[in-house]
Amino acid sequence: MNIFSYFSFLKQRKSAAIAKERLQIIVAHERNALYRGSFDFIPLLQKELLDVVRKYVNVSDDQIKVNVEKNGNYEVLEVNIALADAEGRFSLP
Amino acid sequence: MARVIVVTSGKGGVGKTTTSAAFATGLAMRGHKTVVIDFDIGLRNLDLIMGCERRVVYDFVNVIRGEGNLNQALIKDKRVDDLYILPASQTRDKDTLTVEGIEQVFEELKERFDFIVCDSPAGIEHGAIMAMYFADEAIIVTNPEVSSVRDSDRIIGILASKTKRAQNGDAPVREHLLVTRYFAKRVNTGDMMSAKDIQEILAIPLLGIIPESPSVLQASNSGIPVALDKNSDAGQAYLDVVARFLGEDRPHRFLNKRSFFARLFGN
Repeated sequence: MNIFSYFSFLKQRKSAAIAKERLQIIVAHERNALYRGSFDFIPLLQKELLDVVRKYVNVSDDQIKVNVEKNGNYEVLEVNIALADAEGRFSLP
Repeated sequence: MARVIVVTSGKGGVGKTTTSAAFATGLAMRGHKTVVIDFDIGLRNLDLIMGCERRVVYDFVNVIRGEGNLNQALIKDKRVDDLYILPASQTRDKDTLTVEGIEQVFEELKERFDFIVCDSPAGIEHGAIMAMYFADEAIIVTNPEVSSVRDSDRIIGILASKTKRAQNGDAPVREHLLVTRYFAKRVNTGDMMSAKDIQEILAIPLLGIIPESPSVLQASNSGIPVALDKNSDAGQAYLDVVARFLGEDRPHRFLNKRSFFARLFGN
């Protein structure tokens, strides 16, 4: 590359720069997919939690949300169960 | 205590066997008792690169199966003291490699050697997993090319989950990036990713850069590990890699940015 090719550099990106950018995107994407793969127990956990909760409270399938979040070097497993109203509650025997 | 080093990459043809041969030769040249093992069962090639193909009688699988002992299978290099080769089997099914079998052979090797260098087959199948299973350190051989970098990233992920160290929750395998088939000139013209680019993507420490060099093919043609060719840029780069691995501080030869004037006035 000499002083003249600097001008063409402005028009056309060099292939090495394109390669690096493509790799950064695909590698980040694939790392995330593998990371999520290590939490593939979540749908089952969600179902079993619902079964337990339903022994006491009437909740529908869409009232539960299970989520894993990464915060720095630790992970948070978050379980959210929304209770619609007091009407649906069973009275304990 | 012996250290186990796996030379791996995911992708084939990037220079794993060349690197295993040169790296093991370099360690032995520095006076460390070293054995280099071919894990590519069915496709043995390390013997050709090391120039000992006509001396193979017993192999790694024979030893695992108890059909021959280590003394019969280990081939002593004729050029470098302290260097031994354990060839792969040419005919057997690769499933003969088992964790228990390898462990038994390694127990014996660890008493006799300072370094055990494992030349991994390409891919992420059984043979590659077995080659890395007992590793303390890993050399990830990568070309400045998109498919090689992506496969290296997969291998780094597998090192963090499938090795004995990962499964036991011990200190993780120490990873080293080795960029091979490097054209400094094409990096300078923006047509090839730089070693720094690759290092940034893979996020593991850079152990060395091996330039694309006619001496690599010449060395394999004649069955002489390239580290023994002292006039070769690639051979010298491998000796630097060994020195750095052993804790010495050596500058990277091909990483230098071109000067302002060189860039201004072209190549």
